Amino acid sequence: MNDLIHLIAITPWAIALVKIGVVLVIMLGLVAYTVLAERRIAALIQDRRGPNRVGPFGLLQPVADGVKFLFKENVMPAHVNKIYYVLAPTITLIPALLTFAVIPFGSTLGGVPMVIADLNVGVLWIFSIASLGVYGIVLAGWSSNSKYPFLGGIRSSAQMISYELSMGMSVIGVFMLVGSLNMTRVVGYQHDCWLVFKQPVGFLIFLVAAFAETNRLPFDLPESEQELVGGYHTEYGSMKFALFFLAEYANMITASALMVTLFFGGWQFPFIGFAPNHPMWNGVLHIGIFFAKLLCLMLVFIWVRWMFPRFRYDQLMNLGWKVFFPLGLANILLTALILTMQAPR
Amino acid sequence: MGPYATSYVLIGALMLFGAMVGVAPLVISAWLRPRKPSPLKNQTFECGLESKGDSWVQFKVQYYIYALVFVIFDLETIFLLPWAATFHQLGLFAFLEMIVFLVVLVGGLVWAWRKGVLEWK
Repeated sequence: MNDLIHLIAITPWAIALVKIGVVLVIMLGLVAYTVLAERRIAALIQDRRGPNRVGPFGLLQPVADGVKFLFKENVMPAHVNKIYYVLAPTITLIPALLTFAVIPFGSTLGGVPMVIADLNVGVLWIFSIASLGVYGIVLAGWSSNSKYPFLGGIRSSAQMISYELSMGMSVIGVFMLVGSLNMTRVVGYQHDCWLVFKQPVGFLIFLVAAFAETNRLPFDLPESEQELVGGYHTEYGSMKFALFFLAEYANMITASALMVTLFFGGWQFPFIGFAPNHPMWNGVLHIGIFFAKLLCLMLVFIWVRWMFPRFRYDQLMNLGWKVFFPLGLANILLTALILTMQAPR
Repeated sequence: MGPYATSYVLIGALMLFGAMVGVAPLVISAWLRPRKPSPLKNQTFECGLESKGDSWVQFKVQYYIYALVFVIFDLETIFLLPWAATFHQLGLFAFLEMIVFLVVLVGGLVWAWRKGVLEWK
């Protein structure tokens, strides 16, 4: 055991790279199986069977889908702006993966902190990267040089920036309580009481904004099938479409991970806080708790998608600008007022 | 290398790996997939009909106005974050200062609202 820890101490770079690799592999695996879970749960809700033929319970369906995507012909329409058309899926995907860098997904495992980069400006990193996601979608819509993707892209840009605002407002209360922008500190602050109980309004705004930011129902106007065919990815097929799909689910995962970290105590056991006594097993347990919480929130994403009808665009914008934005401001003022009154003189 | 620089190097590494995740499937599928383009297949998708006109349709100016209002208020969030992080240490004066800042911005929001900027017509 001690030898192992010693070995880890002399190879911090190797450990860090392994950590990055493992995080990416877990993310991609989660994406694959969230897609399957979504299809199975949708089937359950709509009283049908869903994919159950490939492997036991359809568990090999993601593999089959992946192989199919790889072998599909790549139709590149003649009128597209080729460079941006090819780049757009990748540009959408990378920010979704990058946001995960500052999220602590466990305490420590054999002395190694379970976070890729513990930036002291964690939340700024998250917001700056998350807002890059819109570029991929707008580029896809614009470079396709076709009407439906164009409208999808432009809708998406207005929607995402509007809700980004509410999202930014909603977390300010959290950081006023914590007194730091570092994500590990945010988790540490919640050892006795989760922030969702101290910032319920903030959480509500964040949750709704997360749905809008990930373009999920009830806010999936950028790709609303009945009016825009496929929205910004109408002209995409084969692997390029798969990358958009991957990005959407990766965005859901990072949004869930963010909510776990900001509002649900991160990797900590509910209500107990958990004092470490055995470094190895506690570390594993903490990672398990983090991912258990993350999966619960993913289920909420899936459940909402099959339960709620789509908003109209004016309703969406009104909700963002006239309800959640003022509500976010009020939440900040209220938090500031309470904190100032509580402060010792 | 200090921990500050290290974490940014790691983020760079993650960016590189992430880019690989985005590019590798495209490259692999480029080897595997068939290629049979035809003029009909390469047309713009318009629900099976022949495509009409180009894609540069007129769109509502409202999208653009939302973007303009966004820029103003997004900056506000950036200013609020450091204030929030150091709120405990700043005391009453900073609290009042920020209230003034917020009131000015709320004034801006109210103005935009009454002007009908936030209205989707």
